[in-house]
Amino acid sequence: MSATHQEPNYMHVFYALTVLTAVEIGVVFLPMSKMIIAILLVGFALFKAILVAMYFMHLKFEKRTLGIIALTPLILCTLLIIALLPDLTGTPHKSEIKATAEAEQVQEPAATE
Amino acid sequence: MHHAVEPAESPLTPESWGKLGMWVFLAGDAMSFGALLAGYGAIRAGSVDWPAPSQVLGISLTAIMTFLLICSSVTMVKALSAIKHGDARRMRKFLSLTVLGGVLFLGMQAYEWTHLIHGGLHFTSNPYGNYLFGTTFFAITGFHGMHVTGGVIYLSLITLNSMRKQYTAANFNGVEIAGLYWHFVDLVWILVFTFVYLI
Repeated sequence: MSATHQEPNYMHVFYALTVLTAVEIGVVFLPMSKMIIAILLVGFALFKAILVAMYFMHLKFEKRTLGIIALTPLILCTLLIIALLPDLTGTPHKSEIKATAEAEQVQEPAATE
Repeated sequence: MHHAVEPAESPLTPESWGKLGMWVFLAGDAMSFGALLAGYGAIRAGSVDWPAPSQVLGISLTAIMTFLLICSSVTMVKALSAIKHGDARRMRKFLSLTVLGGVLFLGMQAYEWTHLIHGGLHFTSNPYGNYLFGTTFFAITGFHGMHVTGGVIYLSLITLNSMRKQYTAANFNGVEIAGLYWHFVDLVWILVFTFVYLI
C-alpha cells in the first residue's frame, strides 16, 4: 500500500506459470534418469512457487519483515529434511544395528547377510 | 546520515496488521504442509515398492486442476487490482470467478478421488504397492482440499462483503488479505502436484 506501489504484469506471470506447468509434464516423459527428472521437476516447482509468492502475493513489493516471515518456514523445512536424512539414506539406526547383532548371535555366528 | 524509522514505513502500521497476521498464519501453515511433504519424501525414499504416481494417479486431469488454480489466482489479483483503481463492479466479477475456480477445483478433486477409490486406492491399502502410497496421497491432497474448501468459504464471504459495497479504492485490505490466503493455496498445490503426482 505504499505510494510507490508498482503493479506487475500479471498476465506475464500467468503465461510463465502455464508454460512451466506444461514443461513439467513434458519432463516426466523424457528418457532420462529418474534422479535428473526429479531435480528438474523440483527446480521448476520451486521457481513457480517463487513466482506466485513474489508477484501474486506481492512479496517483491513488500517490506523486508514480511519476506523474513515468509522465509522462516523454508529454513525450518530445510532443517526438517536434514533431520530426516538418516531415514532417507537407509542408514540403519543404532537400535536396529543392536537388534541385528543380537539376532545374529542367537542364530549362527558364521552367517553373514 | 541516520536511519530513522518513520512510523508509516514500519510493517506495524494499523492498516497492515491484518496482512502481517495473515503472513504469520501462512508461515505456520506452510510448516504443516512442509512436514507432510517431508514425511512423504522420507517414507517414499525408504520404500522399495512405491508405485509410479504418474501412472497410478493419472496426470491429465490434475494438470487441468493445476491450470484452474493458476487461473483463479490470476482472477484474484485482477479483483484486487480493480478495487485499487476504484472499479467495484470489476472486482465483484473477478471475485466471483475466483470462487467459481475454487468450486470447480473441488468438484474435479471429488471426481478424481471417487475414480481412484473405485480403482482400489484406499487410505490403508491399494493394489499397486506400498500401502502408505494411499495414506500419503489422501492425507496430503485431502489437507490441501480442506484448504481450498476453507478458501471458497472465505472468498464467498469477501464477495458478499463486496456486494455490500464494503471495499473502496481507499479500503481494500479485506480483499488483499483473502488474496494472500488464496495464492498460498495455489502455491502449495504447485508443490503438491510436483511431489505427489509428477515425481
